[in-house]
Amino acid sequence: MSSERPNGLFRNIPAKVAAIPMIITALVVFMGGSLWTMAYSLTKSKLLPKWKFVGLDQYERLWSTKRWVVSIENLFIYGVCMLIASFVIGFILAALMDQKIRFENTFRTIILYPFALSFIVTGLVWQWILNPEFGIQSIIRGLGFTSFEFDPLYNADIAIYGILIAGLWQGTGLIMVLMLAGLRGIDQEIWKAAKVDGIPTWKTYLFIVIPMMRPVFITTLVLVAASIVKVYDLIVAQTGGGPGISTEMPAKYVYDYMFGGQNLGQGFAASTMMLLAVLVVVIPWAYLEFGGKKRG
Amino acid sequence: MKTLRTLFVATTALCATTAAFAADLEVTHWWTSGGEAAAVGELAKAFDARTDHHWVDGAIAGSGSTARPIMISRITGGDPMAATQFNHGRQAEELVEAGLMRDLTDIAEAGKWREVINPPSLLDACTVDGKVYCAPLNIHSWQWLWLSHKAYADAGVPVPTNWDEFVAAAPALEAAGIVPMAMGKQGWQQSGAFNVMMISLLPKEIFLQVYGDKDADVAAGADVARIFKAAADARAMASNSNVQDWNQATNLVITGKAGGQIMGDWAQGEFQVAEMTAGEDYTCLPGLGVNRTLQAGGDAFYFPVLKDAETTAAQGELAALLLDPEVQVAFNLKKGSLPVRGDVDLAAANDCMKKGLDILATGDAIPDFNQLVSSDTRVQIEDLFVEFFADASMTPEAAQERFAAIIADAD
Repeated sequence: MSSERPNGLFRNIPAKVAAIPMIITALVVFMGGSLWTMAYSLTKSKLLPKWKFVGLDQYERLWSTKRWVVSIENLFIYGVCMLIASFVIGFILAALMDQKIRFENTFRTIILYPFALSFIVTGLVWQWILNPEFGIQSIIRGLGFTSFEFDPLYNADIAIYGILIAGLWQGTGLIMVLMLAGLRGIDQEIWKAAKVDGIPTWKTYLFIVIPMMRPVFITTLVLVAASIVKVYDLIVAQTGGGPGISTEMPAKYVYDYMFGGQNLGQGFAASTMMLLAVLVVVIPWAYLEFGGKKRG
Repeated sequence: MKTLRTLFVATTALCATTAAFAADLEVTHWWTSGGEAAAVGELAKAFDARTDHHWVDGAIAGSGSTARPIMISRITGGDPMAATQFNHGRQAEELVEAGLMRDLTDIAEAGKWREVINPPSLLDACTVDGKVYCAPLNIHSWQWLWLSHKAYADAGVPVPTNWDEFVAAAPALEAAGIVPMAMGKQGWQQSGAFNVMMISLLPKEIFLQVYGDKDADVAAGADVARIFKAAADARAMASNSNVQDWNQATNLVITGKAGGQIMGDWAQGEFQVAEMTAGEDYTCLPGLGVNRTLQAGGDAFYFPVLKDAETTAAQGELAALLLDPEVQVAFNLKKGSLPVRGDVDLAAANDCMKKGLDILATGDAIPDFNQLVSSDTRVQIEDLFVEFFADASMTPEAAQERFAAIIADAD
């Protein structure tokens, strides 16, 4: 990063030599792999990559496939809800945890615990909890409310929200811990100053603390966004994409067509679209993070 | 450093001792239901008993559509198993073309496979450019309707003898609180049932024109429209069958909670495990009781090319063993499928298997779906039917239009 200075290229040679493996990995493995995928998404490769150029045919087919369009819609619903809900819940939990409560360690462990479980376990647990015959519905009916209905996983219109509940349960703990770390990083003097000025606590949080936590928010945003785009195992474990195709996700489409359908070209085209979605998130982040530093 | 060296020596020693023993063959397959597991157990037993080698079971739960991607990624990723199940046909086509599968021609010639395997189309499906790449194991056909006697007795209607009666009896079953038709909510089961209806309710030429010649006009035509109507009937009848796996659906029929199920003859194995007798406790209708036509598909074992000479030799022994008459009988009786050898004694076969053998003997067998279409097309069709069967608001006409578009692009 010091190469901004005019003759920076030859400064600190040992450090630069040490960085060469990392640079090569980044260029060859990450960039090279992505470029290779993009190139082969323009071919009609089946089970094995073959260079038979077909232009944008794979993309045309991709966007005229209903399952893909549904997947993108689902990703959008899941993504927006997940981002907003996990930030709000995570921040509120962290703020509550920050009130110098007793047994903070215990609560923190309990709330972070779901994050230690894999998405597969999470998916299976919530599949049972939301199953009308064994889960919440049957328990509440057992209490006497016989007309109670709660079976999100069996109703195609709302099944994606059933997935969202499980995703939030699993992921909110991590957000809370990150936010809590951010809150702890705020200087106590600022709180004291705000108190002296008579600013209510909620206002202090909203207008002073949150803006100061920008770096934490941005890091969390990238973590959550990446986990949203690649969501796969949760779907496989919880609904398998059903009922019908109502909870399909792009990553599952990629896998199913690449290996199940033995159509690499189609899978590559879909994963290139996913890469685009990630870039849409990462580029503004990189700009804010690194561009911001330059200005400061 | 010293610890590390000790570790290396220990590992090397361990490898050396393993190599001195007979080869362990890892065999992957997706046979996990009760009847299937019993059948594969017969293969493992025979292999362990008759050779010096050891069968390492690599069962992958789920279904073929879950297992195949795992198998393929292992083979293409350079971590091949010693042997693996695939369905006959085009599923492993490209792996063979890429030289990842072992040529079994010498073993096939030694075992005179060309003479003993009946119908010969099964061996043809294993043959690429005159070389044999897989060992056919059994014959499966999809075109069966399994009916529960208990369910029809409870509803007070006679057991249907064909598809139309089956549809007509549905309201009586529903009135008695029985699901008229059991169907797992997985694409392969739903598209499979659709193909069964197409073969059984229409002349077989139409099936061959749609999937064999990929004729989109036929696929969009009036005959196929009738099948989409029948599929909509099936959708209505199966709307309350809340199960995923095929064997769970079969279990609904076994316990009399559902009237019937369209499923391949592998369902037979489940009835057998439940100790039910064909004709008394359940009825099987080949060709849905309409057309006496069966598709001869089935399972075959493929042997990826391995570097280790010893394991390669063991592969050969396994391939020869699979076609052994005794193994064929033991395996197929448990599995509910038909043996690939025409010359073995199947006196122990039950009613349903005999009906199937009869039809195959009269030669009314057509190639399997998997031999006609590529996996890509198969997955697209499965996606379509998953959607169609889950969404009662999708009209047969809309589904047929998309079906015809898939066929037009198929390869």
